[in-house]
Amino acid sequence: MIVAERKSIAEIRNLVDRYTSILVVGCDSCVAECAAGGHRETQLLAAALKLSFQKDRKSPVISEACLDRQCVDDFIEGIAHQVPEHEAILSLGCGAGVQALARVYTTTPIIPALDTLFIGETEMRGVWQENCLGCGQCKLGYFGAVCPVTRCSKKLMNGPCGGSKDGRCEVSPEIRCGWQMIIERLTALGELDRLAEYVPPVDWSRSHSGGPRRVVREDQKP
Amino acid sequence: MNTESRLEKVLAAGHFAVTAECGPPKGSDVSVLERKAAHLLGRVDAVNVTDNQTAIVRMSSIAACSILKGMGIEPVVQMVTRDRNRIALQSDLFGAYALGLRNVLCLTGDHHSFGNQKAAIGVFDLDSIQLVRTVRDMRDHGTIIDGEAIQGAPRMFIGAAENPFADPIAWRVTRLAKKVAAGADFIQTQCVFNINRFEEFMLQARNAGLTDKVSILAGVTPLKSAGMARYMATKVAGMDIPEELLKRIAGVPKEKQAEEGIKIAVETIQRVREISGVAGIHLMAIEWEEKVPEILEVAGLAQRPQV
Repeated sequence: MIVAERKSIAEIRNLVDRYTSILVVGCDSCVAECAAGGHRETQLLAAALKLSFQKDRKSPVISEACLDRQCVDDFIEGIAHQVPEHEAILSLGCGAGVQALARVYTTTPIIPALDTLFIGETEMRGVWQENCLGCGQCKLGYFGAVCPVTRCSKKLMNGPCGGSKDGRCEVSPEIRCGWQMIIERLTALGELDRLAEYVPPVDWSRSHSGGPRRVVREDQKP
Repeated sequence: MNTESRLEKVLAAGHFAVTAECGPPKGSDVSVLERKAAHLLGRVDAVNVTDNQTAIVRMSSIAACSILKGMGIEPVVQMVTRDRNRIALQSDLFGAYALGLRNVLCLTGDHHSFGNQKAAIGVFDLDSIQLVRTVRDMRDHGTIIDGEAIQGAPRMFIGAAENPFADPIAWRVTRLAKKVAAGADFIQTQCVFNINRFEEFMLQARNAGLTDKVSILAGVTPLKSAGMARYMATKVAGMDIPEELLKRIAGVPKEKQAEEGIKIAVETIQRVREISGVAGIHLMAIEWEEKVPEILEVAGLAQRPQV
């Protein structure tokens, strides 16, 4: 899923202060799972914004809505009736959601309320871990299902580097050394031989380095 | 002989090699570089110039190496993969060779979060082992990555680093073997303070038959003070300074600590010389290049071979 965090009220205010009516739109998918932009967070943000405006003796119209998915047209249309009544939309979707709303509602400013961070997993309640960079050619099969592109701070294909200490990364003791994890897991699986061979440079042309990617499937088109 | 490198000649002739390190200035002031390098001229077999070490912006290693070469010093270009993609790295290898540089040390580099440009993008298009292989393929096959032929292949003497003190410990010699297989001719290790662990590393390297294939130069850094020792032990990535050594340097009065640090460095040199398979030392006197002649004198390494 996509993991995001809400921007500060100060930054959001800076972006929306010019509008007199704002529709706050949540997304009940990924960003709900990471407690950043779901139903509950949409209500909380709307309330916090109202309070913030009140302190400045301002009272713009602030309404709320929440879509099941902000990145799919069928769902986006669910707020079509509310959009014309507002000057701007404040989206609690990820970057994809914000841009999808902008593509559909061409004349309404769409303001992001979140900083989109990464593709990751919920490791435990309240803890989300980045573990995929979407490089376009999954190598997890060679590395014991631990991604060196994502979990190693230097994207090493032939790691670990000399900064690995006690299972921790040189960047921060908060970061686990991805290569220690790879080696431990392959050792446990009896597949350490997978690391014996030199791994050649990655073909980044399948990643974002090749430009914004697009998947077109004729068999899926209407 | 694969290259015109003086360092290669020294090692091939079986001499105990001495390389040193010179950190270029944070700016374009050539006199700073020349002053530091003057302490090393004629004293060592080759001088590494670091490549924006600890991710602090400094004069480029290739430019500084070229200046050193003009002074009569044999330079070793350090190249990290942190800041340049494969286009820039390969282009710079062509340029470095065209300027007469004959040695390159291939590194990934400290993460940019350590440096003074923390908001930079980390490139890491290649890793250090892939860079070693790239330089080897240029020299031995006359090709760049993906096999295209080039006009005038750089014939570099290829170095890599290894940290015998990093984790997972059991993996360090395996990684060394990968670097050797990729084409490393010489290895300069992380600073040796924990000699017992270094001995264990060398034993494993010998058992794996690696010391026959690659020249291993043990890294040695003189400690300037108890404060520096403590800083390196806790703040510098990949460093292993045993507690007893920290206590030893902290145990002498402040004005005697530099002297004690040099004593420790000399003892370290003497001990690593005894270890089978150690082909030389790499003396990293950080911002203390002027002490290199003295250290080598006391260690009995003042005379450098003519090759």
